[in-house]
Amino acid sequence: MLDGRSMVRRRAGARLWLSAGWLGLLCVIAVFAPWIAPKDPLAQDLFLGRLPPFWVAGAEPGYLLGTDSLGRDVLSRILYGVRVALSVALVAGTITCIVGATLGLMAGFLRGWVDLVISRFIDIWMAFPPVLFSILLIAVLGPGLFSIILAIVVIDWTRFARVVRAEAMAQGAMDYVASARVAGRGRLGTMVREILPNVLPTIVVLLTLEMGIAVIVEAILSFVNLSIATDDPTWGGMIAEGRTSVHQAWWVLVFPLVTLFLTVLAFSQLGEGLKDRFDPVLR
Amino acid sequence: MSFLSIRELSVRLKGGPPLLRRVSLDVAAGEVRGLVGESGAGKSMIGKAVLGILPGSVEVTGGEIRLDGVDLLALPPAERRRRIGATAALIPQDPLTALNPSRRIGGQITDRLVDILGWERGRAEARARELLAEVQIPEPERVLRNYPHELSGGMRQRILIASAFAAEPKLIVADEPTTALDVTVQKQILKLIAGMQARHGTALLFVTHDLGVVSKVCQSLSVLYAGMVVEDARVRDFFAAPKHAYSAALLAATPKYTDPMASLTPVPDAVIEAVRAEVAAADRGGHG
Amino acid sequence: MQLLRVFLLRLVTTAVTLVGVAVIVFFVIRVVPGNPIAMMLPPGATEADVAALTALYGLDKPLPAQFLIWAGGVLQGDFGTSITTRQPVLGLVLGRLPATLELSVMALVMAVVIGGVAALTGTRRRGTRVEGAIDIANGMALSVPDFLWGLVLILLFGVLVPVFHISGRVTPSLELPFTTNFYLFESLIRLRFDLWLDIVSHMLMPALALAVPLAAIIGQLLKQSLKETMHLDYVTLARTKGYGENHVILREALRNAVLPTLTLVGVQFTFLIGGTVIIERLFSYEGLGNMAIDAVINRDLPLIQGIVILFAVIFTGVNLIVDLLYAALNPRLRHA
Repeated sequence: MLDGRSMVRRRAGARLWLSAGWLGLLCVIAVFAPWIAPKDPLAQDLFLGRLPPFWVAGAEPGYLLGTDSLGRDVLSRILYGVRVALSVALVAGTITCIVGATLGLMAGFLRGWVDLVISRFIDIWMAFPPVLFSILLIAVLGPGLFSIILAIVVIDWTRFARVVRAEAMAQGAMDYVASARVAGRGRLGTMVREILPNVLPTIVVLLTLEMGIAVIVEAILSFVNLSIATDDPTWGGMIAEGRTSVHQAWWVLVFPLVTLFLTVLAFSQLGEGLKDRFDPVLR
Repeated sequence: MSFLSIRELSVRLKGGPPLLRRVSLDVAAGEVRGLVGESGAGKSMIGKAVLGILPGSVEVTGGEIRLDGVDLLALPPAERRRRIGATAALIPQDPLTALNPSRRIGGQITDRLVDILGWERGRAEARARELLAEVQIPEPERVLRNYPHELSGGMRQRILIASAFAAEPKLIVADEPTTALDVTVQKQILKLIAGMQARHGTALLFVTHDLGVVSKVCQSLSVLYAGMVVEDARVRDFFAAPKHAYSAALLAATPKYTDPMASLTPVPDAVIEAVRAEVAAADRGGHG
Repeated sequence: MQLLRVFLLRLVTTAVTLVGVAVIVFFVIRVVPGNPIAMMLPPGATEADVAALTALYGLDKPLPAQFLIWAGGVLQGDFGTSITTRQPVLGLVLGRLPATLELSVMALVMAVVIGGVAALTGTRRRGTRVEGAIDIANGMALSVPDFLWGLVLILLFGVLVPVFHISGRVTPSLELPFTTNFYLFESLIRLRFDLWLDIVSHMLMPALALAVPLAAIIGQLLKQSLKETMHLDYVTLARTKGYGENHVILREALRNAVLPTLTLVGVQFTFLIGGTVIIERLFSYEGLGNMAIDAVINRDLPLIQGIVILFAVIFTGVNLIVDLLYAALNPRLRHA
């Protein structure tokens, strides 16, 4: 007999493992990039500019995915680009999560003027176009990895704060919280020991999604040429270059785009998969 | 000649256990038949099968449902829907959920007349006003323009009754039409349905778990257990002397209006055992 | 009366939000390094020249004073003068606004149509492979943001099968008889279908990129609430009246299922408008967003301020409209 619920779970399980596998692979690449990459990602050779990938006529052996207009190896640049993408994802995602979840938890559980102030700030933040805001911040802070991370934290904390606030509010109204208070737990203790564990699954899911968003933000900033200032290869920078030469050398755009696409998909599918895991209705 | 005639109808959960076991019953034109049983006995399922609204998780495995001589199950779906819509109607259980919250009352009464039966709009609206007056709704003109949430539960059930009778159907299925209502309103609604039925001469299949209700409205009844008809009788005969042990026990478990304080006997285990054995035997016979 | 009070309260919080946006933008961009005035002057300008121009733009006064002057101007409709083009900000911004509005509205329409069709088809064919395929497509579309869809579309329909334009708003060689900047709208009014087609061919790809994630959200939410609605008693009752599946979905279920979707679509539409910034850049589409990025790169402070405020006004305005629409569509609220 076909059980719809078990089908859903099997599909959820498969996408959980596939996306975790892809992200795990990226981690390995990030660590061992110098050993894996066939070429120096920064080495230019104008005589070898815009070489096509290996299966197209005119390809040069050793440049598997071809070269860009400056003759830099596309594959090596993608492999090195993993480093920037993953560091931004992990660091910016985590800090955003901590800041946003803390503020959301406080607003949702402590209520009162704390909630009033935080909610008003969330409203104001929601009225900003996020991409424009991040570009503006980078202009203020100057390019660089640190600026990108700070910009992501400043802009995206509301994603966590909004959801966690609502969850904390719902949890706070439940009986177990009241009984913990009756049993003599303080407000802070109740928040950390009673509310937080119940909101944690939501936070983990949001964190996974946020990492995917961070990768995209970095790519967008690289695309408008405001990301990290050095020549370090980034996917967004490669995409920006590929976009301008898309009619002459499609591979310069396609390969980093596919990598970025899969990575973003993996983060969000991981998040969705975790959501299903945590969802008591489906479990 | 009976207007509705169900023969050997079997229904089961897709890939699962049977829900109706070779059910046969008749409702003559203008007759009121009660369909009684505990919850889960399949009485609502029969009503749904007749009206073609069985849930998607359920399938008909055999038998026929003849409405005015035509076997509904042999018709193509679109044809079946039109025939049911034109000759039968439903009085639903819960008046609070059976009206579309975003449509005005008027349209919900006249839609079948206009769309399915091809009446002119003006005539359908006049008919709706007439019916609302008949079910004793004050200011029918205003109510037709109201949305459901502006009316009380009792009012809404009256509207649903009016709507069921709108197209002068030959058969109405009333699916526990008073269960969701206040006790005080229940009596009025019951009286209203009985009165309407008598005036319009409509055949009525009355699904209920309440034998007391059956004794007041119905002329005949079918008692169901586990999707099987265990007794089919005239109401007068049944209340005088039920033939089947299970229905006798069911009757004994029903409070009497003449003596509401009398002690009630729950259906004894031995009777349940016996009727279960009977069902099992019928299943074996059906497959063997 | 109740409704009116809620509405007035919303107006007040909206005003507070807008003031907050104005304050934050104003002070954030004053921290921007690099002297915009020095960049305006030709090389070889003297210190005195710089000082004179700085005074002209009021940049020599203390920050709070600058803010009050600027805010006072804004209230009178004066958003200052762009540093790079030396034209009034309001005029520049309003000149670009129609392009962005047309793009956003077109994207919204596409999202509603695509998402709506997906939801209705999924409901009509629920439990079949078709529904499964729609679910998977929705999940994909939702996982990947507009920026990446834009790039994918550029590759597919700009390079692989070059059927649509992937840069600009209109073919530059065409002569435009327009008096407003609502090209799409005006070309229709003037019955210039040749121009209209050219404009649509330019807008289709960026609009689709913006529409994809929103379409997925609409598809998913609407399908979910449609499926829930399909089990309700009034839908079953409609079936007994003789109505078929299509009619039941469209007339009985759809309207009630739309309400819960609507509020979310409102918020999501503001995200879509925010997305125009990068999508316009990607497709070299001459709208507000593209202008904004240029303004940031050129350190054109008054222009940046003006654009951000305008975006904030649009965002809060959209939310207000959605709330009113919700009230108008919900008979329960309308008569309360």
